[in-house]
Amino acid sequence: MTTLVHTPARTGLSAIRVEAVPVLIFLVLALVPIAAAFGPETYWLGLFTRVMVFAIAALALDFICGYGGLVSFGHAAFVGIGAYAVGILGAHGVTDLLISLPVALGVSALFAFLTGTVCLRTKSVYFIMITLAFGQMIYFVAGSLAPYGGDDGLTVRARSTLLGLPLFANDRVFYYIVLGSLLGSYMLCRAFVVSRFGRVFRGARENATRIATIGYDVFRYQRIAYVIAGAIGGLSGFLLANATEFVSPAYMSWQRSGELIIMVLFGGIGTLHGAIVGAAAYLLLEDTLAGVTEHWKLIFGPMLVLIVLFARGGLLGLGESLRRKLFPGRSDP
Amino acid sequence: MSKLVMTVAAAALVGLAGQAQAQEKLKVGIVTTLSGPPAVLGQQLRNGFQLAVKNMGGKLGGRDVELIVQDDELKPDVAVSKARALVDRDKVDFVVGPIFSNILIAIMKPVTDTGTILISPNAGTSNFAGKDCNANFFVTSYQNDQNHEVMGKYAQDAGMKKVFIMAPNYQAGKDSLAGFKRYFKGEVADEVYVPLGQLDYSAELSRIAASNSDAVFVFLPGGMGVNFVKQFRQAGLADKVKFLSAFTVDESTLPAQQDAALGFFGGANWAPNLDNPQNKKFVADYEKEYNAVPATYAFQAYDAALLIDSALKATKGNTSDKNALRAALKKADFASLRGNFKFNTNNYPIQDFYQVKVVKRADGKFQTEIDKKVFADYTDPHVKECPLK
Amino acid sequence: MSTSLLIVQILNGLQLGVLLFLIAAGLTLVFGVMDFINLAHGVQYMLGAYLAVMFYALTGNFLIALVLALAAALVFGLLLEFTVFRHLYDRDHLEQVIATFGIILFLNQGVKVVWGAAPLNLPIPEIFSGTVVLMQGILYPVWRLVIIGSGLAVGLILYILVSHTRVGMLVRAGATNARIVSALGVDIRRLFMIVFGFGTMLAAFAGVMIAPILSVEPGMGDSVLILAFVVIVIGGIGSMRGAFIAALLIGLVDTLGRSFAIDILRLVMPPSPARTVGPAIASMLIYVLMALVLYFRPAGLFPARGR
Repeated sequence: MTTLVHTPARTGLSAIRVEAVPVLIFLVLALVPIAAAFGPETYWLGLFTRVMVFAIAALALDFICGYGGLVSFGHAAFVGIGAYAVGILGAHGVTDLLISLPVALGVSALFAFLTGTVCLRTKSVYFIMITLAFGQMIYFVAGSLAPYGGDDGLTVRARSTLLGLPLFANDRVFYYIVLGSLLGSYMLCRAFVVSRFGRVFRGARENATRIATIGYDVFRYQRIAYVIAGAIGGLSGFLLANATEFVSPAYMSWQRSGELIIMVLFGGIGTLHGAIVGAAAYLLLEDTLAGVTEHWKLIFGPMLVLIVLFARGGLLGLGESLRRKLFPGRSDP
Repeated sequence: MSKLVMTVAAAALVGLAGQAQAQEKLKVGIVTTLSGPPAVLGQQLRNGFQLAVKNMGGKLGGRDVELIVQDDELKPDVAVSKARALVDRDKVDFVVGPIFSNILIAIMKPVTDTGTILISPNAGTSNFAGKDCNANFFVTSYQNDQNHEVMGKYAQDAGMKKVFIMAPNYQAGKDSLAGFKRYFKGEVADEVYVPLGQLDYSAELSRIAASNSDAVFVFLPGGMGVNFVKQFRQAGLADKVKFLSAFTVDESTLPAQQDAALGFFGGANWAPNLDNPQNKKFVADYEKEYNAVPATYAFQAYDAALLIDSALKATKGNTSDKNALRAALKKADFASLRGNFKFNTNNYPIQDFYQVKVVKRADGKFQTEIDKKVFADYTDPHVKECPLK
Repeated sequence: MSTSLLIVQILNGLQLGVLLFLIAAGLTLVFGVMDFINLAHGVQYMLGAYLAVMFYALTGNFLIALVLALAAALVFGLLLEFTVFRHLYDRDHLEQVIATFGIILFLNQGVKVVWGAAPLNLPIPEIFSGTVVLMQGILYPVWRLVIIGSGLAVGLILYILVSHTRVGMLVRAGATNARIVSALGVDIRRLFMIVFGFGTMLAAFAGVMIAPILSVEPGMGDSVLILAFVVIVIGGIGSMRGAFIAALLIGLVDTLGRSFAIDILRLVMPPSPARTVGPAIASMLIYVLMALVLYFRPAGLFPARGR
């Protein structure tokens, strides 16, 4: 069977160097609120907050999927768990993020640890399907939580506070908090990828037997990565609940997990910042196309096909080959 | 960006020099479901509203209308994002929608917190009728439980002894069966909850057959209802067991159920054959325009447009004085397609409810028709908990 | 719960299983032979149903509609194969998933544009529209028996084709090692095209046969697709026997779970919470089953040899 992903995951050295593209991405994101001040500000801030929230989840997925070959089809479950931590605690009057954030991260990490223990025994397509299975289970659990709205979901009455301070209440402040979380998650994943841990983790994707022969416990490494990705997914859910002021089982449906995979591949798998580009491209495109025609999926569907057929390495890969064509003299810096 | 702008009637004003002060266009945002299988309901909602605007010469309350239609994709977070776009970016005066309760709960806060008026032409959850009622929120449909209560009352009055009841396993499903049991005091043979989107009902049909019930009461909206109705008929149960339902056999599902649903009953606040002039015109216009029989979703959206029109006429087109606007809306001074209509203190309707029956029309199309009035001037019980006056 | 009801429910479970097998057979064939994840299998199933509705409206004859729908679905499938799918065979699974997902979006919206969003109806052919008495008081629709029969027939035909014909031999060899088969002078591209075309027709056939008991609507293939994947993964990808047994297993577990979960829970808890917890557990059962199977047998019940 072919390997699940073969992508130009960067080698340790080049990854640690400050790259132009990620810096540019974060620069643009940091400047969005200034540009937004000239337009319908709340709308622009809300839209880009949403982009970044999904970018965090997609980033975590790219970390395990692009570097470790672990294609999770249940990643939305972690987002949902993080969101429900905010919703359920909020329903009991607990809004302080010193409580809700650790709970969101802790429970999603625990769920990742438990399900990872089972899922990581399987490989390739079987891994995709078993992660789907656990995602569906938690989806049905959320839908049956009658005291918390069941399938209808539940309104988050107030955004999270810090020691009673309504830190998230201001949209602009909240925007920069989400940006900070995205940057933090990005740095964390990047650091893991280039570390000795990351080399083993990446090596296990290429040839698990060899890595095992050298004396590494592949399973343990993969599980640690899976737990990290789960916790970051939980962070994304924590922020999503605050951004939409609503939580719903729909946040963890299999369609949502599929969308996350598409975002990762759309931007360029195995690059981390590709996930951010992918999330932005997917959500902004959805927003734009839906404005053009009710039948926007007639355009969006074939676009996905074309990206796969002609733009290997996603939008980043497309950009790279465009750059090479335009500046043929310059070799890769 | 994300708008589906339909500028309805623009040229009409040009020649009229007298109205030179050229009032700004009235912006109305519609949040409805246009993706996936329930798109048929969302389209009915949109079509109903559009038809009303068209019939009033492209104006509501004398102001030209710009409609901005947003697809919520049945995803609450997408709906929140789209609703915010309507309120913050497009600065709409009214938001009309949605179809589904979970979307309503999600967009309630982002829309009404800004003072924008939200009018629901379908979803009417109990919390917003009761303790969470909202001065900026109006409902032109019903409180969600009511159609089920109609069937409960009917089963009770008809002296049925034993009824098998079934709904999908989610909040609306539980509310449905609770609503039925509020009025039906006979024996409930069994109370079954099926997973949302179930395809095959063999297991449940066998249980129904084994239970020897007088009737079934089901709440299986959309495709689930189509599947169940066809399989119920195919299993030969239609001749033995009476079929009572809510949101299971209506004009949105009948094109697929056809003969299988003939003679089946539903509870509703309206039917296409309801006898008043405005409704006759509406049904004829709708069929001409969209080549389909309208369902409740379309008529309730049409009424929402009439409601806005009536309020704006009272305020002379002014939407900035919210207190005056809300007071004008609350009067509900329009000729509803359903006849009797007024708002209760919680801004939910006081109206009549009927038992309706599926018939085949002379032209071969199927529709529900009024069989019997079950409740007159009916209100929901949650209004007691609503602090609004 | 009486014994007779239990027997009826077991039959219902087996029937659901055959229905699932009918849908999953084409999927596991294509996946097993070509190592190609075709998410578009679900929309091809949907397309089959829609085409049958259209041809039935034109001809008024179910059988002719079936044949025409299969032919049209085949043409459309081969068109897709030629323009898109054949460029994906040597790509990794993830890229196949995204590209075929794009096709799902396109076709789900496409049928809405062509046939409208309202659900459509395909009637049962007149001669099969009756019921038979299964046991006292319980009737069984004849059409269900036809579906069961055709599901079993499909299984049998596939078994004979794959294990007793020359094409079947090539298919098996191609699944094990496509490069060697190709080196021996077999046109592997054509072989794949035949297999894919056959898979498409199987999907469309399932769609046509099931359409009379279901609502023909946009997106009708999506939920079915997930179930079909659960079936072929539990069975072991590429294994026809595995898919058959897994389909029956899932049919049984799902039906019995739905029927008796609440009754069983009532034994250990009060009826009201049992009624809340029961359906949630019943919905989860097939996923629990899949997780369990994969935990103990990470490559499914019947892992196909050679990989």
